[in-house]
Amino acid sequence: MENQWFTISVYSENHVGLLNRISGIFLKRHINIESLNVSKSEIENISKFTIVVYTTEHWTRHIVSQIEKQIEVIKAFYHTDDETIYQESALFKIASHLLFDERQIQNIIKDSNSQIVTVSRDFFVLAKTGRRHEIDEMYRDLEPFGIMQFVRSGRIAVTKSEMQISAILEKFHNATTE
Amino acid sequence: MEPVRELKKQTDSRKALRITGAEAIIHCLLHEGVDLIYGYPGGAIMPLYDELYKFRDDLHHVLTRHEQGAVHAAQGYARVNGKVGVAVATSGPGATNLVTGLADAQIDSTPIVCITGQVPRHLLGSDAFQETDIIGISTPVTKWNYQVTKASEIPEIIAKAFYIAKSGRPGPVLIDITKNAQFDSLDFEYKPCKGVRSYTPVPEPDPQAIQQAADLINSAKKPYIVFGQGVILGHAEEELKALVEKSGIPAAWTILGLSAMDSDHPLNVGMVGMHGNYGPNVLTNECDVLIAIGMRFDDRVTGNLDTYAKQARIIHFEIDPAEVNKNVKVDVAVLGDARETLSLLLPKIEKKTHEAWLGEFRKKYEEEFKAVIERDLHPDKEGLTMGEVIAEINRASEHKAVIVTDVGQHQMVACRYAKFRQSKSNITSGGLGTMGFALPAAIGAKMGAEDREVVAIIGDGGYQMTIQELGTIFQTKAAVKIVVLNNNFLGMVRQWQELFFDRRYASTELVNPDFIKIAEGYHLRARKVEARKDLAEAVSEMIASKEAYFLEVTVEKEDNVFPMIPSGASVSDIRLK
Repeated sequence: MENQWFTISVYSENHVGLLNRISGIFLKRHINIESLNVSKSEIENISKFTIVVYTTEHWTRHIVSQIEKQIEVIKAFYHTDDETIYQESALFKIASHLLFDERQIQNIIKDSNSQIVTVSRDFFVLAKTGRRHEIDEMYRDLEPFGIMQFVRSGRIAVTKSEMQISAILEKFHNATTE
Repeated sequence: MEPVRELKKQTDSRKALRITGAEAIIHCLLHEGVDLIYGYPGGAIMPLYDELYKFRDDLHHVLTRHEQGAVHAAQGYARVNGKVGVAVATSGPGATNLVTGLADAQIDSTPIVCITGQVPRHLLGSDAFQETDIIGISTPVTKWNYQVTKASEIPEIIAKAFYIAKSGRPGPVLIDITKNAQFDSLDFEYKPCKGVRSYTPVPEPDPQAIQQAADLINSAKKPYIVFGQGVILGHAEEELKALVEKSGIPAAWTILGLSAMDSDHPLNVGMVGMHGNYGPNVLTNECDVLIAIGMRFDDRVTGNLDTYAKQARIIHFEIDPAEVNKNVKVDVAVLGDARETLSLLLPKIEKKTHEAWLGEFRKKYEEEFKAVIERDLHPDKEGLTMGEVIAEINRASEHKAVIVTDVGQHQMVACRYAKFRQSKSNITSGGLGTMGFALPAAIGAKMGAEDREVVAIIGDGGYQMTIQELGTIFQTKAAVKIVVLNNNFLGMVRQWQELFFDRRYASTELVNPDFIKIAEGYHLRARKVEARKDLAEAVSEMIASKEAYFLEVTVEKEDNVFPMIPSGASVSDIRLK
């Protein structure tokens, strides 16, 4: 089985030790987390982990079932890139004088569809949202001029298929209030 | 003690009571039906011990000599009677000393709840005296853990702890409670936990999967059952027996499945795995349908996965979805509790016999008997074998004893030769292989099944890892029978050194103390056997004893345990010598 990019989505209770528990599952199997994002989800008080791995489907399935086994995890899924809509965000901090000295920079800003978040005397900040390769491309274009600081977020993704978390919670609610 | 009963009555009537967190912990335990806990006091858990003193008539506390002893005793207790075992320790070293037992309970699916004290809330993260991040440390080895920092959280969290420990696939839970939460007061009201919305303990059986399983079983020519501890944990012993008898399918067991089926049952063909029986291993690669029930295809069972049961269609009855297709790809997965799924399967199974196929197991047994068993049980040499000691214990205890084993050669020999008529009678550290497990686990087993004979069988290495628990036996008068099979070696490691490391016996020879004097120092009856002529009488004397008894048997120094699947080899390549 070949390595592939997978996006693992985890719906869980907002519990203080859960991140540790989930990261331990990767650690134990020596699998690197390529990116990790934790946020609120579409359901009140339910958190969503978005974890990107580059490994085989066998290991991904194995990890997902181990994650799902954790008490506070409601449901975990994995998807290929084709099955998700995904984005990453990046911030570039660049010296302000380059805006005037290097004409090319203005073209890069325009072509990359990035936004200027702030401008000060010494530096300006560009924000770019998109696919990883688009951000990589922009990085490559800006690098020769000097990047003062760079940061990229973890992947965030929504799936094309339904997650049905509310149905799971409703089923539990109905079972316990019968 | 009258006020205590009054208090219990009040809590029963659901009327909120103003009590301290420490007292609340005790009420929670009583509500969960706990009457016995194991532990060791220390600074951060002192408020709880102070309450234990007041409640000593309702909740019996056994003081072990080390926290590891407490957790293993709780495991032994849980394994023998199916109730949740409870161990208590203080913060820092008290808590870290529990870790081996937690890992053992996690891998062997044993329901225990450990309660640890923690430094007060305001000192968390300050590297205070005896502060350690036991939540972080215990996360990978617990089914669930939680740090309580407010007294008001106690009832709900402890109820949840017990629910999680015992439901579904059982496991260990650790609750860390800061000292302030033990001292502070709360309005106590106890509601047992009935469910956790993010947790499905038992998957619902799929009728279609059950039908597929039945069809495969009914059409099989050489079907073969391998069962594990899931049968015991799921109380499915009767259903398993009914299935085996109706279908006529030979059944073998993993080390943790041992005692789920009568040893003398004609369809019980023995043990699978590294030191299991010859037929059950070899014929794994000749069956056409392999029916795995409540077992997880551990590497010690399967050997090399690339050559494991490749010819067979595989059906997996399993409660934990994460175990399905983890090591072995299966054709039909029947998720659910073994008792429920086997009950649903049973009416769909055709009544059959498989005499010719069963005959192959008998033939392989004859081969194994000639090559291994005969000389293990009826040796023609002077030195005593471990096998003949086990046979004497079988005889003297009439197959009725609970056998608790440690880890190593004696464990494999005991599991191969011990005979059982009752479930939950084999207690051993299977998955983790924890040396030092047996002595404290036997204490817990004896307290969990007071009317049963409990015999701990231990090697001279593992015995010295938790030998301090002789103090617990002396203090509590637990009538545990202790058999040390002494070969003055870490025998299993020595065997591997002999077979795979050209006899380079690196650090495996032990210079042992006088075990008899040590036992006598704890005022235990003790006897040493060095010659065959004394063995039967000594074992009989031990079994007849109403009190704890220590028996040391000097066994052959360099005996090996066979059969053996060399590490990484196929089950077909099991060696008889």
